[in-house]
Amino acid sequence: MSLTITELDKAFGQLSILEKLELQVNTQEFVAILGPSGCGKSTLFQLIGGLLMPDQGSIQLDGATINGKKGLISYMPQHPSLFPWRTVLENVVLASEIKGKPDYNDARRLLEKAGLTPFETSYPNELSGGMKQRVAFIRALLSNQSLLCLDEPFSALDEFTRIQMQKWLLSIWEEECKSILLVTHSIEEAIFLADRIYILSKRPAHVKAEIKIPFSRPRDESLLESTEFFQLKQQIFQFLKEDIME
Amino acid sequence: MSKIHIRGGRTLLFLLFLLLLWELLIRLTKTPKWLIPAPSDVIKETAFSFGDFNGHLLSTIQLSIIGLVLGCGIGLFVSIILYRLPKINEILYPLLIVSQNIPTIVLAPLLIIWFGFGLLPKLLIISLVCFFPIVVASMDSFRQTAPELKHYMRMIGATNRQIFWKLELPHALPSIFSGLKISATYSVMGAVISEWLGAKKGIGVYMTLAQSSFRIDRVFVAITFIMLLSICLFGLIRLVEKLVVKGRNEAMK
Repeated sequence: MSLTITELDKAFGQLSILEKLELQVNTQEFVAILGPSGCGKSTLFQLIGGLLMPDQGSIQLDGATINGKKGLISYMPQHPSLFPWRTVLENVVLASEIKGKPDYNDARRLLEKAGLTPFETSYPNELSGGMKQRVAFIRALLSNQSLLCLDEPFSALDEFTRIQMQKWLLSIWEEECKSILLVTHSIEEAIFLADRIYILSKRPAHVKAEIKIPFSRPRDESLLESTEFFQLKQQIFQFLKEDIME
Repeated sequence: MSKIHIRGGRTLLFLLFLLLLWELLIRLTKTPKWLIPAPSDVIKETAFSFGDFNGHLLSTIQLSIIGLVLGCGIGLFVSIILYRLPKINEILYPLLIVSQNIPTIVLAPLLIIWFGFGLLPKLLIISLVCFFPIVVASMDSFRQTAPELKHYMRMIGATNRQIFWKLELPHALPSIFSGLKISATYSVMGAVISEWLGAKKGIGVYMTLAQSSFRIDRVFVAITFIMLLSICLFGLIRLVEKLVVKGRNEAMK
């Protein structure tokens, strides 16, 4: 599975949001998008999700153009967005339920992997923030699309939970073999998780730099303290700073 | 849970205190029974004429429950139709609101003239009063569905129909139940008013008879049972609500 975006333009009236945006997610690759806030990352996701039509350019999934086509990607939103009246098990099958018959066995298998089996019949208001995000992630995995779009999934969590969740995410991703496109505000998160990072400019957004992350996998938090990590962080920060300063 | 019990107990105690005060004042001032009866007179009268009152009571219970179910059913149906078809909604919703300004007291005799003294005009009256709270409650909460949940549903490719049945409707349930509770109390009132204007049986009939023969104690019997009936219906809806609405205030008990 691969996602290819070529020369994507999108404007709302006079306001140009995306301009000649190019990006590529290869099979089983973890790609992060970094950019100043308000640079049009949500618009980009809405375009990939098919909620919006691009003005120009194309979005291709495995070579087929998917401009304006809905339901072809897995999606994990910024807020867990669990349905409060559904139990954990009923929540994780939601995305697959939309497409047809949900597979409860697969759902139970993934819940077990996430250590959520005891909470299968709990309602979301009984879970902690980290647990809710895990449920939301499993729900995205279960929708069984090969491209997973994560929209700042950990931005609402505290530091401790976030690092834990990032490690957990990596461990699941390494086993489940999906391509991931992650939008984030955190440079550290992007470096720690991704194979490649795209840095977007401020509006109208285009790709300002593409950075390959040289660290091997599996990664753990000792990476966060290494000099290479710091240097990379500095380098990325330089790119972002230009936009902040202007 | 126990907190609720204590609070309920306190309310009951206070009510008892008020009744006692009432009894005491009536006895001290020697107010005649035909003007204001003491609680003890009302209880005595209830015990005495319950055999007779029973039939009236059952008839009103039946009427208000059928009316409530009918009115709420139609209300829910109409609100779903209006919400799913915004064009029709634009035309009809203002008319719906205006229709609520026609006073029931004026409408009821007309309905009786048109449809006779049977069940139909009575059910129409009750349905009309029950219908509106449900429509307003459900329409408003369909509209107020959490935007992030709706956005999520769109992103995963849900159709409008799926968004409605899987998200908007369950999301609106607590508010629909609030509407139902209001409607439940209205339905008893609607039943009594409709009986008042023409029926063979019912608390409304009993009340008019008692009133015209200055049996104020009987009027109070009727009032007591109207209140009890409202409370029972309200409680019944609370119970159903607890069974149906899941995962929403439970963590806060």
